[in-house]
Amino acid sequence: MITLYHFFFLTITILILVYMYRVFRGPTVYDRILGLNGISTKAIIMLTILGSLYERLEMFVDIALGYAVLNIIGGLAVGKYLEQKRTREC
Amino acid sequence: MTLFDDYLLLLLSVVTALGAVFVRDLLSGVLTLAAYSFFLALLWAGLGAVDVAFTEAVVGAGLSTLFFLVALFLTSHQEEVHKRLQVRMVTLGSLGVLGFLLLFGSVDLPVVGDPESLPSKHVSSHYLRKSLEETDTPNVVTAVLADYRGFDTLGETTVIFTAGIGCWMLLRRRDDSAT
Repeated sequence: MITLYHFFFLTITILILVYMYRVFRGPTVYDRILGLNGISTKAIIMLTILGSLYERLEMFVDIALGYAVLNIIGGLAVGKYLEQKRTREC
Repeated sequence: MTLFDDYLLLLLSVVTALGAVFVRDLLSGVLTLAAYSFFLALLWAGLGAVDVAFTEAVVGAGLSTLFFLVALFLTSHQEEVHKRLQVRMVTLGSLGVLGFLLLFGSVDLPVVGDPESLPSKHVSSHYLRKSLEETDTPNVVTAVLADYRGFDTLGETTVIFTAGIGCWMLLRRRDDSAT
């Protein structure tokens, strides 16, 4: 039986695959970082959908917020790395 | 729990793992590995092990990505391939044997959530029934980790703390970087 959750998961998986094409193909590093950020936001949405599937939404929302914070920290770290690399090469 | 989303997450994690192996630029490899960790954490959450999922997200997607980035910053981020065919065949063969052994061992694992399986019969029922009155902790996982296995957790924490001090000693920025 096809439920609404199947539809959600399939849609988000297709979206993630589109982002993943950008991560693998992307000509510059910045394309890859943006693709990874998009994948992380889709992972957060998937986590909240899982939470509503389990009917423990308040717990999964906390974890989704933790993921979002991790995502921000990861993006900042990559940005700092690239900045330091550029100033070193100049 | 439907198997459908499990299969989708497994597909995504396999795709990202293959991409992390085969991508040539090492920085992209690190980023793809972070995405792989996210999907693995989602799989753990789907199996109901939310604390494991959070550890996987923090360590796999956060901390190890940072360590790889620092290592890449200190070296180059292009992969140099100069392996001979013989070495590649040995690597492929040993990895194949390892994968066969792991799959062979996983045949005997009990079904997820099976009440008749050996781990569910031993001490788990005692933990589930008695942990609230014995330890006054509402979360069973916390009670097991911090109370029943307290010495074990203390040892793990000591090991992780020592490893953290070692990484800090290796990676800290020195003031005499002008040389």
